[in-house]
Amino acid sequence: MKKIVLAVMTTISGLVMLFSYHTSTQSVAAPTPEEADTGNTQSDAGTTTTAPSATASASSSASSSSGDGTYTGDAVETRWGTVQVEITVENGRITSSDAVQFPSESRKDQQINAYAVPALNAEVVQAQSASIDAISGATVTSDGYIESLQSAIDAAHLG
Amino acid sequence: MSAVPVTVVAQATREVPRRAFVAQIMGLPMSIHVRGPQALGTGAAAAVEAAFAALRTDEAMFSTWRPDSPVSRIKDGRDRLVDAHPRIRHVAALCELAGHRTGGSFAAWLPGADGRQHFDPTGLVKGWAVEQAFTALLADLRKLGPHDALICAGGDIAVACSRTDTPSWVVAVEDPRDRSRSLRSLELRTGAVATSGTAARGKHIVDPATGGAADGLLSATVIGPKLTWADVYATAAFVKGPAALPWIATLSDHAGVLVGTDGAVSTVAAMTAQTTRWSSLASTV
Repeated sequence: MKKIVLAVMTTISGLVMLFSYHTSTQSVAAPTPEEADTGNTQSDAGTTTTAPSATASASSSASSSSGDGTYTGDAVETRWGTVQVEITVENGRITSSDAVQFPSESRKDQQINAYAVPALNAEVVQAQSASIDAISGATVTSDGYIESLQSAIDAAHLG
Repeated sequence: MSAVPVTVVAQATREVPRRAFVAQIMGLPMSIHVRGPQALGTGAAAAVEAAFAALRTDEAMFSTWRPDSPVSRIKDGRDRLVDAHPRIRHVAALCELAGHRTGGSFAAWLPGADGRQHFDPTGLVKGWAVEQAFTALLADLRKLGPHDALICAGGDIAVACSRTDTPSWVVAVEDPRDRSRSLRSLELRTGAVATSGTAARGKHIVDPATGGAADGLLSATVIGPKLTWADVYATAAFVKGPAALPWIATLSDHAGVLVGTDGAVSTVAAMTAQTTRWSSLASTV
């Protein structure tokens, strides 16, 4: 199972790199790298564009439960056009979600495959790390500020 | 692991002067960091003080804690919204837009104890007021030459960089279960990061659809170009719970970090209008 996951991710990685060179206008139906996955639903080849997905949270867990796989949701109308979302479920949990169909006609110069799950650092880091400039969290109250990490960061730079 | 090409932002080796300013406004600790040649000068201090002053003016107008603020008077029915200051009506219109953009997961009209609908734009005002003050601050700083700036308002953050010789701002996403730790960190040169959750104040975010407290997630963080919308979308994502994951993917130019009630972290990003903007969103630390 681990090998399969690795193989699939490698294929996806290769495709992402390949598609990075994607030019602006043509409509491409992606091959089906997820075919190895069970429960996969491939979106229509006739839709505008299908891009391979890459997730920052891909798991290499060997265990698997029923319902795992990749699912393509209903197309949703947005103010920019139609958007369709693909969800990856691993161990019964949604681990990633990517837009697999999105409007391209209005943005012919857009390298649509360059959209990215932001490469958020997957490591748990000590927030005291000197390189952090700000902490985004649930609203800090004035009472809680003095004990917060943000106050320590601010204090290091107070004039 | 990420197969996505990421622009590596050159790290500066030269130290640029930097100064932090802190004030308590809207019941929140607000910090502003300025980075650049004049960061330690009186010009930067004056620009920051003007930003804090603008936020205090908005606090006086929009506070729901002060019983006689214009918004409090509208909230309890003493005054009418149609007669309100243009700034308040503008916020009310933005709240309407937020309701539409979030599929009803954000609302400024909420039922009170008396069953009547009360106007309370608090959920949008903070992010909007901070974004406005920050934009004015950047304009003031620009007169002093190229400077970078960051504002952190009780956990909601906006950053901007006019310089090219500085490192990106590093924003960490707090672990809602252990607030001394962070779950993810990201580099930003321009944009906003907002988090909605219950870690600091308990269950206080109301789902407009049910009237009850939202509890489907521990926290929802949204990254985007503007703080007003990152903040609104973070609140809406928290209300939506796990269903926010596919929803965020439909928001152009935005990304999200959701922490489930079991502590599981999910990240999601939609397509971008300007792909280069987010390609600078590199991992670090």
